[in-house]
Amino acid sequence: MADKSNRPQLIVDGKRLDGRDLNQLRPLKIEASVLKNADGSAYLEWGNNKVLAAVYGPKEAMPKHVQDPVKAIIKCKYSMAPFSSMGEHSRSGPNRRAIEISKVTREAFESVTMLHDYPASEIDIFIEILQSDGGTRAAGITAAAVAMASAGIHMKDLIYAVSFGKVGEDLILDLNMIEDNYSDCDMPTAVSPRNNDLVLVQMDGSLTREQLHKGLQMVLDAGKTISQVQKEALQRVYEGRENGNGV
Amino acid sequence: MEGFDIVKVSYVKELLLKNVREDGRKLMEFRQIKLATNIIDHAEGSAQIDLGATRVLAAVKLQVEEPMEDTPTQGNLMVSSELLPLAHADFEPGPPSPLSIELSRVVDRGIRAAETIDLSGLFIEEGKAWTAFIDLYVLNYNGNLFDASMMAAMAALASAKIPKYENGEGVYTERNEPLKINRLAASTTFAKVDKTILLDPNMHEENAASARVTIANDGTVVRAMQKGLGGSFSPKEIENLVDVSLSKYDELKKVIEQAAGK
Repeated sequence: MADKSNRPQLIVDGKRLDGRDLNQLRPLKIEASVLKNADGSAYLEWGNNKVLAAVYGPKEAMPKHVQDPVKAIIKCKYSMAPFSSMGEHSRSGPNRRAIEISKVTREAFESVTMLHDYPASEIDIFIEILQSDGGTRAAGITAAAVAMASAGIHMKDLIYAVSFGKVGEDLILDLNMIEDNYSDCDMPTAVSPRNNDLVLVQMDGSLTREQLHKGLQMVLDAGKTISQVQKEALQRVYEGRENGNGV
Repeated sequence: MEGFDIVKVSYVKELLLKNVREDGRKLMEFRQIKLATNIIDHAEGSAQIDLGATRVLAAVKLQVEEPMEDTPTQGNLMVSSELLPLAHADFEPGPPSPLSIELSRVVDRGIRAAETIDLSGLFIEEGKAWTAFIDLYVLNYNGNLFDASMMAAMAALASAKIPKYENGEGVYTERNEPLKINRLAASTTFAKVDKTILLDPNMHEENAASARVTIANDGTVVRAMQKGLGGSFSPKEIENLVDVSLSKYDELKKVIEQAAGK
């Protein structure tokens, strides 16, 4: 979090800097099956975020010693392109943040993937952040879920993710970069909408018990929209195939 | 996990059906905590915790560095952790594992979010500020590294003294001024084993767990959270665990303060 003393006024008359209401999502677009080689893929634009997710597998887990004879393992790599953020060129290669996000993303997918359907296998999830503007881990998970589904991987549910945060005492949904930098709290959350189980929870800042309750409710409400966009992306692939236009 | 541990997993699960834990604890009870400070004389602050059989040594070193470009009037905080090979048979030498990185980043966020140390207070003069390096050395692993590390880090910070500053560098032989502590954060980690949720999982309970969540608070508000493992929690469960977490604050704060001689 940046120094709060020079924080810009993030909310004016109940509107945010980009004109959104407090509980309003940024525009979200997803296209499924965009990469030919991958078994499943998705391209997502969420506000100014541009994210590509691809899934390879299930395939024989390598090296052999990582194989689990009764179920599949998931490998996940989240990475930000060196040109993805406003400002300086960043070093390529995983930093500590990327390694942690890869881990919690993998765990989110482990909770809904029917791993026992694929003994001794691995499923690789690659998330590439091509352009970042806050909320990239949520965008990556939302895209990767579509990629997993388009790869035909057996899952109990199509998960989505979005963050909520706090500016002063106001709760806001789907933080962009500047809000993320100056907010009093940021809580990325991934949800399995079938039963609203939380499959990723991270938070830092300050949050009362009541604010947590309200914020989670905002996430679940917005989730209906996000889930709908995910499903429509998948439906379009199959409609396209029927018309002979599919990849 | 070796064969013995797999047997222990089913043992732990079977016991929990009757709400009984392997070591006889209540579901929302910590193991015995032993916390001592000033373990390493050469460090500016240090603490060692025994949380049951989990042992973590935390040490704070303060070093004069250039402030970061975007925060020219603040010092820095850098948390690292080492899952030492001597701490468990499954810990291997090499670059930090994802678990090790997660551990240090969760502790880092807890300290930052609770504003435990005032980073502006670490500023010395233009171009000079203290960087606080917190190293978490896991010496023996028996579950719940998160709470053990957080408590050790808090106690190490609370017992740290700033070296004298002279001619652009620290004089490590003269350390008198205590590092100012704004607010202590307490960390509580819960594991979900089948349908049962319990506090402070030991290693066997962690092996049996489908999900884990760490909640750090300052007695009033939640400061940091992190879910781990391939399972999930319902929103209601998280909210209830926040209540439990807040209720544990005073007990944990007292342990840290006593250890740091406050």
